[in-house]
Amino acid sequence: MYQTIYHRASSVDEAVSLFAKSTEAKFLAGGQTLLPVMKQRLASPSDVIDLGKIKELQGVELLGDVLTIKAGTTYFDIMQNADVKKAIPAIAYLTSMLGDPAVRYRGTIGGSIANNDPAADYPAALLALGATVKTNKRSIAAEDFFQGLFTTALEDGEIITAVSFPVPAKAGYEKMRHPASRFALTAVFVAQTKSGEIRVAATGASESGVMRVPAIEAALKANWSPSAIDSVSISASNLLADIHGTAEYRANLIKVMAQRAVAAAG
Amino acid sequence: MGVEGIGARVVRKEDKRFITGKGRYVDDIKLQGMTHAHFIRSPHAHAKVKGIDSSAALKMPGVVAVLTGQEIVDDKVGNLICGWAITSKDGSPMKMGAWPAMAPETVRFVGQAVAVVIAESKNLARDAAEAVVVNYEELPAVADVHAAIKSGAPQLHPEAPGNQVYDWVIGDEGAADAAIAKAANVVKLDVTNNRLAPNAMEPRAAIADYDSAEEHFTLYTTSQNPHVARLVLSAFYNIAPEHKLRVIAPDVGGGFGSKIFIYPEEMVALWASKKVGRPVKWTGDRTEAFLTDAHGRDHVTHAEMAFDANNKITGLKVKTYANFGAYMSLFSSSVPTYLYATLLSGQYNIPAIHAEVVGVYTNTTPVDAYRGAGRPEASYLIERLMETAARQLKVDPAALRRLNFITQFPHQTPVIMAYDAGDFNASLDAAMKAIDYAGFAGRKAKAKADGKLRGIGVSCYIEACGIAPSKAVGSLGAGVGLWESAEVRVNPVGTIEVLTGSHSHGQGHETTFCQLVAERLGVPISQVSIVHGDTDKVQFGMGTYGSRSAAVGLTAILKAMEKMESKAKKIAAHALEASEGDIVIENGEFKVAGTDKAIAFPMVALAAYTAHNLPDGMEPGLKESAFYDPTNFTFPAGAYICELEVDPGTGKTTFVNFVAADDFGRLINPMIVEGQVHGGLAQGIGQALLEHAIYDANGQPVTASFMDYSMPRADDLPSFNLSHTTTLCPGNPLGIKGCGEAGAIGASAAVINAITDAIGKNNLEMPATPDRVWRTIHAA
Repeated sequence: MYQTIYHRASSVDEAVSLFAKSTEAKFLAGGQTLLPVMKQRLASPSDVIDLGKIKELQGVELLGDVLTIKAGTTYFDIMQNADVKKAIPAIAYLTSMLGDPAVRYRGTIGGSIANNDPAADYPAALLALGATVKTNKRSIAAEDFFQGLFTTALEDGEIITAVSFPVPAKAGYEKMRHPASRFALTAVFVAQTKSGEIRVAATGASESGVMRVPAIEAALKANWSPSAIDSVSISASNLLADIHGTAEYRANLIKVMAQRAVAAAG
Repeated sequence: MGVEGIGARVVRKEDKRFITGKGRYVDDIKLQGMTHAHFIRSPHAHAKVKGIDSSAALKMPGVVAVLTGQEIVDDKVGNLICGWAITSKDGSPMKMGAWPAMAPETVRFVGQAVAVVIAESKNLARDAAEAVVVNYEELPAVADVHAAIKSGAPQLHPEAPGNQVYDWVIGDEGAADAAIAKAANVVKLDVTNNRLAPNAMEPRAAIADYDSAEEHFTLYTTSQNPHVARLVLSAFYNIAPEHKLRVIAPDVGGGFGSKIFIYPEEMVALWASKKVGRPVKWTGDRTEAFLTDAHGRDHVTHAEMAFDANNKITGLKVKTYANFGAYMSLFSSSVPTYLYATLLSGQYNIPAIHAEVVGVYTNTTPVDAYRGAGRPEASYLIERLMETAARQLKVDPAALRRLNFITQFPHQTPVIMAYDAGDFNASLDAAMKAIDYAGFAGRKAKAKADGKLRGIGVSCYIEACGIAPSKAVGSLGAGVGLWESAEVRVNPVGTIEVLTGSHSHGQGHETTFCQLVAERLGVPISQVSIVHGDTDKVQFGMGTYGSRSAAVGLTAILKAMEKMESKAKKIAAHALEASEGDIVIENGEFKVAGTDKAIAFPMVALAAYTAHNLPDGMEPGLKESAFYDPTNFTFPAGAYICELEVDPGTGKTTFVNFVAADDFGRLINPMIVEGQVHGGLAQGIGQALLEHAIYDANGQPVTASFMDYSMPRADDLPSFNLSHTTTLCPGNPLGIKGCGEAGAIGASAAVINAITDAIGKNNLEMPATPDRVWRTIHAA
């Protein structure tokens, strides 16, 4: 790791002002991506601003039909949270399969979506549930937030404060774990909103990151059941291919994971 | 068996320090004035080193020196050696490409060091390394074994035309060809044995400390065999004569073969410590481990097995291409030859065997022994062949094995090995019973109803351990003898120190070796300590690998114990005024048989050291040593059966049951043996399902971190169901065969046989990743 100056911010405002004063600062949430990358010397921020102790970024709220998870809440706290389990159990389940226990004690939802790894789990949940990303400046629809591999709508120095999820009628998540990294080799989140809209998002599959799967949405709109997806054809073009999965395999996984997610959603 | 004697499940003495974080590994050692090394490694698989500019780096803070490959060559540090000479079928010696510790002219794999920065801290060394400018001229590279032997392929070494190390044969080709020509059925199979990265938990590390006044070096290093390291560093690498070089291997966190070898980093640390006049430490990181620890396996094989009309095997012909990587590592040449082809008879009567092995250089990390070393490749091939044959001949795979089992011992195979004892039917019976083999068809049908493909796979392995009779291996080209030494030192108060040339890096010697002493003397193991891993303490030893430490190392201790006991009995007889022949040892006492006359062992020890009243002419003291050279290999064998389900939607494998019935001869500590089997099975299953060190066509490693290289984790593995059927090894007095590698040798074929049974298609390579299995299921 190169030399860097560590700051522990006590409020979002302080974090923003520290960022403005630094030449090349990075915000540190759970550190599950930034720290390994720094250790490998692939990132060399002049300053690291730790958001982990900011109280206003911690916690979960369920108000009516909206579940709000503050950005600094760890995976472990999310998967244990009674409101999460009650309102959107699929999120608790997704979180329980994320990384390993050490990762779940440190990693945060805000850190995960800000990084927007193309194989991360949360982007699929946000996209399928039509969530809203709250920052210190504005609200951004999930649709607009994720903009391709490791790219988001966040501006320089902008801090995610929370994610708000409309509570769905039904939701399910199924994941084929990457055998080495335990990210999603391909995973699918399916949701039926309370107004009857069907939204399906796949992660780990596409060369351009998390994506909606319109063909499966259409099939489920007609018939919310695993078998409705049998006849759907998913193209392998523009899907990721690597030593752990060909594009054709990932196309298959989109279907199979969607079917199992629907079954899990009930 | 006493509560701490042979056969007792004694809790491991060493675990207190390991699980409380008190282990002392090389990286825990800090010497006064110590500097830190960081290696500059080639990013290219094949390139000329046109120049190294270290001027900017030398001006950076904390930099002590930047040393290059040309300097180590100029200082006449020797090239790395390969210690087992193999002769090709045309009579020519194997072709050794020169391997300097750092490359002065040409790099031949990604990760090969060209220079080293020595600095005041690890981070300062890394900072400065980034300022060293190496000018490379890239050359075409080749990573695949078949591509490397084609005409026009990039050439690695001028010494080895066609990238061929050797073309070696064993057995009777005419007889094997005749058997195939006359066969009622011939079973043919092509298999790839995937390349693995060993991944010991502790990465390699070294600290070298040169004392200029004494012209003496001390090397702390992660070694499975510190005396062999000293021998090679001294005799071949010109570091220092043996009496001026002390090698210490303290606590070592796993080896699996990868820490047998003497690597460039240790050589450079020693040489650099003299050059800079200060201790030099290097601790590798995980990526360096992936790039530079010797890899394992990497065979491509075609085999044909002949059967008569009664399904008896009549012959076997094998051709294997072994990928050695860019250089010949220390024992690499022996792995695909004498550790592989000599086991191709498996557990079966095969009258005629012929094997040809072509060793090939490629622009990849060197390949050498990794847990099992050659024997997993042989066992996998034979057990895949037997399963394939059963499917082709439409007979039960267990029955086909039984029909061909060797049942008379000793048994001379056509490929050198003389199996001394075994009961292969007993192991198979135990495994089949444990897994309810008879009930499988019903379970398969039920799984099918649930949409799952269930399969069962058998693997009956045999291995040659207790490495090895020195005369025999010498005649086959080994550069060393493979005996072991021991010394038993009884202190005046009766506590005992046992010095051994074996090295424990996870095997639990500090417990099991004490159990032998407890068994013989009836003293508690708390009164005994095991000393190992330091060339200044232990006179000589060959180290730990090849499941040899109990069969060879512990037998050496037994021999020294017998000498010590013989002297102690004389002292006791003298003190008790009895005849030496009447003295028996019971519960820590030397007794006159059939009487109540006795003297406690500590009193015998004290008598030996006070020397006030010893038999006439006896030397004072109680200390004996022994060297033990085994008379034969040992032959652990067993039957593994795996039952699993494949999800046809994803290709993912889920274990239902995994049973292992092993014959290791006598067990010293069954709990430790079970731990060894668990670890071996994890690595065998890891090879079958997950692990693969992959290079792209240009020799760039694709799997240089745990983000891409799949190590088996607890949730990838079943809960193992272990049992033992025992035939004692007649080759050593304790009847021990060895248990360290069996799991890794036998498991992978059981897994692949089960998956191919489940999916109904026989051709499936390792690792059987979900993607690969799914594509095989759905292939036309």
